[in-house]
Amino acid sequence: MADIKNSLYNIRLFDELSLKKTPIHNLHPLIKLLTTIFYLVMIVSMGKHEISRLIPFIFYPMLIFVLAELPAYQIIKRLLFIEPLIIGVGILNPLLEQQLIAIGGFEISKGWITFLSIFIKYNLTVTACILLISTTSMLQLSAALRILRVPRVFVLQLLLTYRYISVLIEELFRMYRAYSLRAPQQKGIHKNAWGSFAGHLLLRTIERAQRVYQAMNLRGFSGEYHAKSIKKLNSSDYLYFAGWSLFFVIAKIINIPILIGSLFTGVIK
Amino acid sequence: MHMADALISPIVGGAMLAVSTTVAAHSIKKVQNSLDEKKIPLMGVVGAFVFAAQMINFAIPGTGSSGHIGGGMLLAILLGPHAGFLAMASILLIQALFFGDGGLLAYGCNVLNLGFYTCYIAYPLIFKPLTKKGITINNIFYASIISSLAGLQLGAFSVVLQTLISGKTELSFSTFTLFMQSIHLAIGLVEGLITCAVVTFIWKARPEIIERTNAEEALGSISTRKILIAMVICVIAVGGILSWFASSYPDGLEWAIEKTTGISELEAPEGIHTTLSNIQNNTAFLPDYDFKESSNESLLASDNAGTSVSGIIGGVFTLALIVLIGFVANIFKKRKTKVLA
Amino acid sequence: MFQHKLEVRNLHFSYPHSHEIIKDLSFTVSPGESIGIIGANGAGKSTLLMLIMGVLFSDSGEIMVGDICVTKKTLPLIREKLGMVFQDPDDQLFMPTVYEDAAFGPRNYKLSEKEVENRVLNALEAVGALHLKDKAPFKLSGGEKRIAAIASVLSMQPDILIMDEPTSALDPKSRRKIIKLLNSFTHTKLITSHDLDMIMESCERTIIIDKGQIAADGKTSEILTNSVLLDSCGLELPLSLQNCTVCGSAKV
Repeated sequence: MADIKNSLYNIRLFDELSLKKTPIHNLHPLIKLLTTIFYLVMIVSMGKHEISRLIPFIFYPMLIFVLAELPAYQIIKRLLFIEPLIIGVGILNPLLEQQLIAIGGFEISKGWITFLSIFIKYNLTVTACILLISTTSMLQLSAALRILRVPRVFVLQLLLTYRYISVLIEELFRMYRAYSLRAPQQKGIHKNAWGSFAGHLLLRTIERAQRVYQAMNLRGFSGEYHAKSIKKLNSSDYLYFAGWSLFFVIAKIINIPILIGSLFTGVIK
Repeated sequence: MHMADALISPIVGGAMLAVSTTVAAHSIKKVQNSLDEKKIPLMGVVGAFVFAAQMINFAIPGTGSSGHIGGGMLLAILLGPHAGFLAMASILLIQALFFGDGGLLAYGCNVLNLGFYTCYIAYPLIFKPLTKKGITINNIFYASIISSLAGLQLGAFSVVLQTLISGKTELSFSTFTLFMQSIHLAIGLVEGLITCAVVTFIWKARPEIIERTNAEEALGSISTRKILIAMVICVIAVGGILSWFASSYPDGLEWAIEKTTGISELEAPEGIHTTLSNIQNNTAFLPDYDFKESSNESLLASDNAGTSVSGIIGGVFTLALIVLIGFVANIFKKRKTKVLA
Repeated sequence: MFQHKLEVRNLHFSYPHSHEIIKDLSFTVSPGESIGIIGANGAGKSTLLMLIMGVLFSDSGEIMVGDICVTKKTLPLIREKLGMVFQDPDDQLFMPTVYEDAAFGPRNYKLSEKEVENRVLNALEAVGALHLKDKAPFKLSGGEKRIAAIASVLSMQPDILIMDEPTSALDPKSRRKIIKLLNSFTHTKLITSHDLDMIMESCERTIIIDKGQIAADGKTSEILTNSVLLDSCGLELPLSLQNCTVCGSAKV
């Protein structure tokens, strides 16, 4: 039940956020998509023991949070929901990689470094995706996909799936409630009801699909989807992409924290 | 079993994205050729159904726990392999964006692991032959369970390979494989049972829905062969690129194999640092020597404790700097909005 | 502008493996007329609408829109002239925002983006929903969804509006709003409903369908006050005409 509510909340939250009007929201969706992908590639290309080089990359999500006026608290809360997943994946590392290494006088297992690295990467990559969808609506994103020559059929299908997720989740939620009110002791759907519970929803779904098809047809649909046309790329879009790319590349090549750190220790000495 | 961005390397992510795009292009062509535009809303809405159905907790008898459906097989059975694959691809994209399940770079991996093996291997090669002689309750039972198991086993093995080739986490091939395959044996069984229950229900209530898809000349022998050939070519190409990388620099792949065979264990203790710096070098994104030179000073590769201390101090300062800029930007932003208001 | 009349002649229809659901229906709708179609559940109202829209095709008989007969070939032409509002707005609002949904139809007719925008904004303004333009359908209330669904049909600039249960599942205020809206349209209207009070307010003519046949066709004021007729067709007097539930005093 919590799952159902939670995902509905997720979709609504991001949908609402994506309608804001800030300089970030006004950027071309294609630029935001490409910047996100470039960011992800840079993060993902870091070695498995890399930590220091990852730190400057926190700059990107933070600035977007501020400039796009996003509620950091709410989004981070969403992030915490999925944290157990990555801890599950990464936690084996400290056990498997037991070579000790010394860091500033402390000795720890190398696996912890790997774990920390995965942990940071995971949070940064997931945040980047969430930031993309909180600043770009599904509609704009699909327009960007059309520019990238993703076929109409897929884009329309994607939009329909997105649209009907909330309708079906609501329907499911009502069914679940009706079920659990009459089966208070149960943890999930009993095996005797598996087929009919999901099946009924599915049948209704298929009937709905037919009506949706009729509604589309009555308004002249003939298998072609005409996407929203969006504004052309302008200089601020290019500048945004170039700016971030430059930063990412620099942060990747030059280890900024080490540089700052050695400057600092140098001064003390 | 969604693959996360954090666990893959860009090469693996890119290669898998290329492969899944090829498959998607093929299925889009098939869906468009069948000229059945009725299927488009059906794909969208049934895709949304599977998304919602993934949230249903099914109580697993005798265990006290509950499981949920993945839906790949269900999509294939309801929509046919091409439309099913596309619907799965949509679901995965929305999950990656809104829920952090898998990521944009790992998108190709996930489409392949969850969509391809179910729709293009398990469905045409297992489910269809088993229900060829006519659909019965027994047929549905065996076909759903065997095909779900096979689809998930293939997907799980694919996850193992993608993770190990990427080399972002330390796992030995044998342990990881054993772990993944056995866990997915259980998951596959549950998935198969749920799929069977749902398909049986639909078949009893509206037999034409299942029969229509099943009767479709879904995968002619030619196109299956074509797909398999395309896959083999892709695998060879990807393998070729990877082995080229591996031979130039003993990175991910080789390193993973090294680990699993235990060869690296033979290294003398003083070799740890060299191994570390090797790893450091080899995980750099571009095979560029200058690139790597600079990485020598990174936190772990360095021999002297001084650098690691400065690394920690530097890290803290960088963070502080970022937060500071954030605050300043925030104040600036607020003022601007006030002025505008 | 709305010069098309709608003619239904000797219509017969049955679903496969089922009894005849429409038996020899005939009626004519003149331009600008507003007609209520009422009848018990399963009487064949929705099937009739589907036949008129060309979603289903009759076994015999014909439907004429202006001088065009509804056939597979003429569908694009017919559907430009007829606009149908579905009972469940969630079936009709399938795009991510209200604007996109209203633009879906015009774009399918390959209009320029300028013209599309014009039509969408006009349609939204006509129903007083300009402020909902960028909203996602799942954020709308039941009443707002209904209004948005009507706008998505108006943007096609149809001559004839066909509505299936426009006031079902609405709160009293939203219902009132929809009724006012319907009455403000000058289109030819065909409305099916169980909300007989709404039919009283919105339609000057009423057709009762009973078991696939026309049981009555005439002035709303006469039909909806005939309790014997209504009762024989599985209906009741409109609530506003029924005896007072507190004191039992008669109104008719």
